[in-house]
Amino acid sequence: MADVDEPEKKRSRVVELTENMMVDGGNGPVCEWSGRWNHIKKFLERSGPFTHPDFEPSKESLQFMLETCRILLIGAGGLGCELLKDLALSGFHNIHVVDMDTIDVSNLNRQFLFRPNDVGRPKADVAADFINSRVPGCRVVPHFKKIQDLDETFYRQFHIIVCGLDSVVARRWLNGMLLSLLVYEDGVLDQGSVIPLIDGGTEGFKGNARVILPGMTACIDCTLELYPPQVNFPMCTIASMPRLPEHCIEYVRILLWPNETPFGDGVALDGDDPNHIQWVYQRSLERAAEFNITGVTYRLTQGVVKRIIPAVASTNAVIAAACATEVFKLASSAYIPLNNYMVFNDVDGLYTYTFEAERKENCSACSQIPLDLHFAPSSKLQEVLHFLTESSSLQMKSPALTATVEGKNKTLYLQSVASIEQRTRPNLSKTLKELGLSDGQELAVADVTTPQTMLFRLCFTS
Amino acid sequence: MAATKASKEQKYDRQLRLWGDHGQETLENAHVCLINASATGTEILKNLVLPGIGAFTIVDGHTVSGEDVGNNFFLSNNSIGKNRAQAATELLQELNTDVSGNFVEESPDQLLDNDPEFFHRFTVVIGVHLPESTCLRLGSVLWRASVPFLVCKTYGLIGYMRLVMREHTVIESHPDNALEDLRLDQPFSEFTNHIQSYDLDNMNKKDHSHTPWIIVVAKYLEKWLNEHDDQPPKNYREKEAFRQFIREGMLKKDNGVPEDEENFEEAIKNVNTALNPTKIPSALDDLFNSEQCSSITSQSSSFWVMLRAVKEFVHNEGNGSLPVRGTIPDMFADSQKFINLQNVYREKAMEDAATVSRHVESLLQSVGKSPESIPEKDIKLFCKNAAFLRVVRCRSLAEEYSVDSVNRDEIASCMDSPDSHMVFYLMLRAVDRFYLQHSRYPGVYDYQVEEDISKLKLCVNSLLQEYSLNVNIKDDYIHEFCRNGAAEPHTVAAFLGGSAAQEAIKIISHQFVPFCNTFIYNAMSQTSATLHL
Repeated sequence: MADVDEPEKKRSRVVELTENMMVDGGNGPVCEWSGRWNHIKKFLERSGPFTHPDFEPSKESLQFMLETCRILLIGAGGLGCELLKDLALSGFHNIHVVDMDTIDVSNLNRQFLFRPNDVGRPKADVAADFINSRVPGCRVVPHFKKIQDLDETFYRQFHIIVCGLDSVVARRWLNGMLLSLLVYEDGVLDQGSVIPLIDGGTEGFKGNARVILPGMTACIDCTLELYPPQVNFPMCTIASMPRLPEHCIEYVRILLWPNETPFGDGVALDGDDPNHIQWVYQRSLERAAEFNITGVTYRLTQGVVKRIIPAVASTNAVIAAACATEVFKLASSAYIPLNNYMVFNDVDGLYTYTFEAERKENCSACSQIPLDLHFAPSSKLQEVLHFLTESSSLQMKSPALTATVEGKNKTLYLQSVASIEQRTRPNLSKTLKELGLSDGQELAVADVTTPQTMLFRLCFTS
Repeated sequence: MAATKASKEQKYDRQLRLWGDHGQETLENAHVCLINASATGTEILKNLVLPGIGAFTIVDGHTVSGEDVGNNFFLSNNSIGKNRAQAATELLQELNTDVSGNFVEESPDQLLDNDPEFFHRFTVVIGVHLPESTCLRLGSVLWRASVPFLVCKTYGLIGYMRLVMREHTVIESHPDNALEDLRLDQPFSEFTNHIQSYDLDNMNKKDHSHTPWIIVVAKYLEKWLNEHDDQPPKNYREKEAFRQFIREGMLKKDNGVPEDEENFEEAIKNVNTALNPTKIPSALDDLFNSEQCSSITSQSSSFWVMLRAVKEFVHNEGNGSLPVRGTIPDMFADSQKFINLQNVYREKAMEDAATVSRHVESLLQSVGKSPESIPEKDIKLFCKNAAFLRVVRCRSLAEEYSVDSVNRDEIASCMDSPDSHMVFYLMLRAVDRFYLQHSRYPGVYDYQVEEDISKLKLCVNSLLQEYSLNVNIKDDYIHEFCRNGAAEPHTVAAFLGGSAAQEAIKIISHQFVPFCNTFIYNAMSQTSATLHL
């Protein structure tokens, strides 16, 4: 190969030229090459008219981002893959990523760190490997775990947390975790205990990116009403009055499957098992035929059973990019961060709307004011439970209630442990007075939507 | 073969739910050209390769520099010194084996000199970071060949896109909030016949409570028209009275308390929209009155032939209205009543579509084309989407840049607010001017920043003068555009990458509506605007 020297010579000449052209050479670590950070340095080392008031041009900023700044990324899926790439190429080389999922073939149209061979492997692991090998010097540490499996000592170590989650419940949990890390001295928030949370979400061609400073700006729960409610068809429609193909599918999923247990006793419907979906599909067709309903397809069946949200690479790219830009701003003070919510939609042209989401005065998560629950002493416990799950500002999933009654801690109702559920079920139909609760007393409520127990104050109405 | 098709269905499942199998087919038959594999370019291409476009070709004469590798995920430090088109193609290709990747190690200027028709083969051409002269040359070649051209630039924290397309028709625009087509203000005879069978005053409780709200409103409207000289409720007061009228029709328990009738509640809630007059959207009227619709020739595309056929329908069998869409929203009702009602609308829609079909056939025959040249299913789809048809026309770069046709009004009115996104457009034009003069961009090296500010200011002023633009550009923007030294930060490139790719997909699939014609993204404020230049 006579040419083998040529590319070497060409390359070292390019490097040499680049070095000569730069005013400051800079000595980086071994895996650096000349000019690597040119695109970023301009925003860290030069003053400008639109920088943050706290910004000071410095060569140290890049070193801080490369060596010291610790970023936590939640999710290694559609947004997560994009975010890892964006952060790594923006100078963040200490990233931890948490994801409890494994790779599915339907991820491959947008989760570009994964290949067909990776199907079945943990997303966090594969994503970390890919970035670490593609971006020299980047150290992504994967955690194949649920966010709830990690504790406050874990979360406390990060400078900034970025979320690319697909679940409101998970977001709320993380939100609660960061709120629990806040330190107040004499009622004043210690800003050093604030870990900024950048949150992105997408659905089809729509998305949003927001910046949350826990304890200071609107949190996830402050704006719970912005999240679209999940579509659940009424039981009477499903059971006796289907009109749409979706109703037929839900009938099979909710009523037929548990009844017929087609794949064995206790075998739950697995949306990822094509055999299960095929069974549901066939039965849905039969149900639809009974009522002259058209439109049941395999694709629709899968979509309804798995509650599939359509997704493309482009929307995830846009939202992740916006989030990563905010991480960069926060870490470097290069520009004023987004204040604090951006919405994006490219169905018709491209549309963005940027506004400041406001804190809710009585936010159940961040307002620190114990919420008052107003009930008559003759109200049944069931009504309290109903309020906790149905209220649009609380939207709890399966709250567990405890209270101190006659000096002893008493579990009023708990759903998640079968034996306790059985034991406490009778309490649901007892009145608050019968349960020994008094006016002004505290009720402690635990739920998946929050890592810490929430305290409520019971206020008796007449 | 069957195995690959099944696995493609699985892989692309999440996007097939957005643009369907027919949309996917257009993507797989598309060949996209990217000029310049900078970070912006590769990010755009990534979002086209992942969803499975048929093929891409990267045209780039540059060699990979250390700086390139720093912000580009699809270049590695091994590729420093290699041709950038080749290096990027390797790493983009491996994203998706369904896609065929090609590269040309030449600059676009070279191709324009030697073989401009090279660009005719592409479904869409995406030009990234093109100097003004190249951009205008390429623009004129693509305009003449009617190849859509998407111009993209990331400059500091500003993203810029310009779409250049003669005429782009959209049948499936998939609007977010479409009004239903219920025709309650002008019921068709089959509907009127159908509701004859409902006698709300003499139904058993079960049937009464399970009658679809559309029928409830229709029946009460009939009564109202009888009692009000054929005048439907028009203002708030009348609509309120109408709602009350319906409420009084709810069944009552023995003690006078109204029964729980969800269908009646739905009827009351929907009175406002149900009474909306059926009319042709003004955008559609404009299309009906356009040249392409009025003169159908053998060169006319299917879109215009079908549009003309719908127009004929509107003026004849439709009595001023479009073919019935045929869908109704879900509503509280028993299965049979709902399905029967749904079928009334569906059958009417089929009948109207068949009538439109006959118009299509005669139009085709009149220009010597076979009636089979527009398939039945296309006509059905067209009729179903008749109210949502869109035509996008983005004028040529030559028109934008010419002193005679520059959109002075748009620029001046936007610049009434000196921080409007328009200022970034003007700065990008000024920066292009700087490049023409100095063969480099301002402020690339630290020592240049200070002195380039005054040079850039001269470019700004000469630009404004040449176009007689009486606007003021704050010094801060000139300073910023020197300070950012033509940097291309990855996150801004990635934002533009997602945006531009989706626009390309819209162009290829003819679904959803492309922007027109200039898009500016400001990552400093996370805001954006669409301008008409």
